[in-house]
Amino acid sequence: MNEISITQILFVSTALFFIGMYGLFTRRNMITMLMAIELILNSVNINFVAFNKYLYPGKLDGVFFTIFVITIAAAEAAVAIAIIINLYRSHHSIDVDDASELKY
Amino acid sequence: MNNYSYIALIPLLPLATFLMLGLFGRKYFKTFSGTIGTASLLASTVLSLYTAYNYFFIDGKVNGVFQKIIALKYTWLQFSPNVSIDMGIILDPISVMMIVVVTFVSLMVHIFSLGYMKGEERFATYYAFLSLFTFSMLGLVLSSNIFQIYMFWELVGVSSFLLIGYYFEKPSAVAAAKKAFIVTRFADLGFLIGILILAFYSGTLDFGVLIERLTSTQSSQYISITSASFLGASILTWGLTLVFIGGAGKSAMFPLHIWLPDAMEGPTPVSALIHAATMVVAGVYLVARLFPVFSIDVTALQIVTYVGAFSALLAAIIACTQTDIKRVLAYSTMSQIGYMMFALGVSKYGGENGLGYMASMFHLFTHAFFKSLLFLGAGAVIHLVHSNEMKDMGGLRKLMPITHITFLIACLAIAGIPPFAGFFSKEEILLAAYHSNYFVYGIAVFTSGLTAFYMFRLYYSIFWSREADVHDAHHGEGTFSMKLPLIILGVCALVAGFVPIASLITSDGAALETHVDIKFSALPVILAVLGIAMATFLYKTKSDRASNVAEGFGGLYTAAYKKFYIDEIYLFITKKIIFNLIGRPAAWIDKNIVDGFMNLLATTTGKISELIKGFQSGKVQNYALYFFGGILGLAVLFIYLWK
Amino acid sequence: MNASVIIFYLISAFILTAGILAVTTRKIFRSAIWLLFSLIGIAALYFWMQMEFIAAVQIIVYVGGIVVLIIFSIFLTQKSGDEMPKPLKSRTIFATLAVVFGFAFTYNLISEYGFTSLNAQPLEVKVSDIGTQMLSTTEHGFVLPFEVVSILLLAAMIGCIVIAIKVKQQEK
Repeated sequence: MNEISITQILFVSTALFFIGMYGLFTRRNMITMLMAIELILNSVNINFVAFNKYLYPGKLDGVFFTIFVITIAAAEAAVAIAIIINLYRSHHSIDVDDASELKY
Repeated sequence: MNNYSYIALIPLLPLATFLMLGLFGRKYFKTFSGTIGTASLLASTVLSLYTAYNYFFIDGKVNGVFQKIIALKYTWLQFSPNVSIDMGIILDPISVMMIVVVTFVSLMVHIFSLGYMKGEERFATYYAFLSLFTFSMLGLVLSSNIFQIYMFWELVGVSSFLLIGYYFEKPSAVAAAKKAFIVTRFADLGFLIGILILAFYSGTLDFGVLIERLTSTQSSQYISITSASFLGASILTWGLTLVFIGGAGKSAMFPLHIWLPDAMEGPTPVSALIHAATMVVAGVYLVARLFPVFSIDVTALQIVTYVGAFSALLAAIIACTQTDIKRVLAYSTMSQIGYMMFALGVSKYGGENGLGYMASMFHLFTHAFFKSLLFLGAGAVIHLVHSNEMKDMGGLRKLMPITHITFLIACLAIAGIPPFAGFFSKEEILLAAYHSNYFVYGIAVFTSGLTAFYMFRLYYSIFWSREADVHDAHHGEGTFSMKLPLIILGVCALVAGFVPIASLITSDGAALETHVDIKFSALPVILAVLGIAMATFLYKTKSDRASNVAEGFGGLYTAAYKKFYIDEIYLFITKKIIFNLIGRPAAWIDKNIVDGFMNLLATTTGKISELIKGFQSGKVQNYALYFFGGILGLAVLFIYLWK
Repeated sequence: MNASVIIFYLISAFILTAGILAVTTRKIFRSAIWLLFSLIGIAALYFWMQMEFIAAVQIIVYVGGIVVLIIFSIFLTQKSGDEMPKPLKSRTIFATLAVVFGFAFTYNLISEYGFTSLNAQPLEVKVSDIGTQMLSTTEHGFVLPFEVVSILLLAAMIGCIVIAIKVKQQEK
């Protein structure tokens, strides 16, 4: 632990963040887009925890943030699934390109 | 000094009448509009006569010279500290004379129209237009400022257009109205350029100041305007000639006379008012108003003289062949105005040399009476036989005695037989011409002989020539309202010659001594009597003598009958040359290049928008990509480049 | 070369590989499983950082709740054995470019920053500390966010039910 600097942990979280973004841009299926979003949220959690441990060891703020983020991510995933199911009922497909009614 | 501010009422009463009748006449007043129009004009006439009495006989004179009085002045547009357009009313001998003439003749026409236009559906509109015209003409003669005169000039043109085109269901009337307006408008282009030139060089638009600056040989404006030249003639000549072109258009001088015969399509009382006594003398009035400036420029005066003389002669020749009585009278008007013009042209400024000026104004005064009388008489005749052509008339002297007598008086007046009015004024003109230019004098004398001839040709064709058809007399001579103006004007044509104009209206305001020179006037009177005799011989009874004489003249007769083909030349120039060479290319440029450019802008915008709208594809991931790209771009910009 | 260093590298590689596979694989069920592995790897990372509580929360909520939810919804909406269609070529290219560029930019910023890295002491995070601090009303207390989050959870639950409820067709 002494030899791992914060920059290396941040490397991991940044890489995970952009992997999640790639998934968000590329995936056609709405559920897989949701999975990519979860990856992004997790990378943020890693960030919070790393900062808490390395820069502010006396406080616990990062931990709390992480707990709250996990909670909210859970709620958001649930709502997203509900929306996807609703959309599936009307379009009979969960391809995100099929839901393009807001085009010109 | 009297307070002349009531002068403003003289044009404003007809204006108010126009507005009232124009807006409400059709619905609320109907036939009562005639009475309203006549009453308001009667008030104007009384005021004009009162003004004339005050000005001429009580206090217009200072040291024996009539003063130019600015009765009212109001600054309207200030262009610079020196140049501004002021609206004002000027009183000097000619303007006072003109308001008397205009209101009086207009009153006669109003009364006559009560009977002539009875039963017309648009009776109120007619009187509204008449009031508008009277207002415009009064404004024109009372203008103290050259721009104001231009405004009223255009207003007069518009009123004339409205009145000529009164019977707008007839295509010939519409065409005639357009022709009148376009020809005079075209001449007014010259007028405007002339105004601008004169205003630029003299630094003012006010008549009094302009005349003063351009006539005093020491002033800087005079020096600059006479030293600058363009194409060989001094700028002063150009300015005055252009102003004269405007006047020539309104006064139907050659070659801008083509509208006057066609303008006879309007109702006959209108012809009496506008195209005999008032509007057509506007050109003469303009030259008279600017006369001091004209008198110092020899070239401009010569142009005025020769144009006037030539128009007089040309019109007299054409009038000898026409068969439509109103057209004969129209050409006669053109001829008489030519007289007035060249009388001004041969005159000089000041004292004895200003005889031509006085003669011209005198002739204007008398001509108004007998010409309007002739037209109103013709109107009564047309009202009876429902036709304008001479062949449908004849022997009407028994059916219309009052018209007959007054028409005869007017013919004698215009022929220049003493003691009728025309004799005195014509004699002064001939005297002025004799003293300066023999050639013009010769033309004038010959034309006066012709005048007598064609007027009596007209007279005999209407009232003698053959026995009247009984069925012509189905409604008698006309109502009292049609006879009364004829009688009044007849009396005026008798006595107007005795009005001492020479002591009232001269070029510099001082009185002029005139007397009748019997030896000098013998020649014109003899020629006139000869003309009358020839007309009697040819036309008093119906015979072949006239047509034999016409055949004897051959080609000249046909050319004169066809008005010397001037209309055809104009049509050729406008249709073949101007329309094809200028009009069509201009239209093509407008449609294809100007419109095309706008359409190109629109189509390009449309195409660009088609390209751009693809961005709104409705696909969320595309939006996300754009969004992220934007953030990256901004981040790079702010962090790396904006240190 | 410490053992912990080696362990860190292994865990990181595991997380990233699982993540990449999660976003690129064509079969949807496999994608969900790769996600599962990635989340477990993150929990292992938390353990390595000696944040046991967070790791436990991660496993319970994320792995045991969200991934299961995702798998259920996969079953509800499509045949999970089929392959998903490939994304558009242009989109992959642009996305790759954007992501690579973004990553380079961000990592450059981070490495340039120079965090004053304290030597991290092994920190003892006791669960009781977490609990008391979360519910304390004094400074550094998190009772307000706690209550707000609980309301948010309530709203989310109600919202899900309202959105996904099937309106019964009235049969005539």
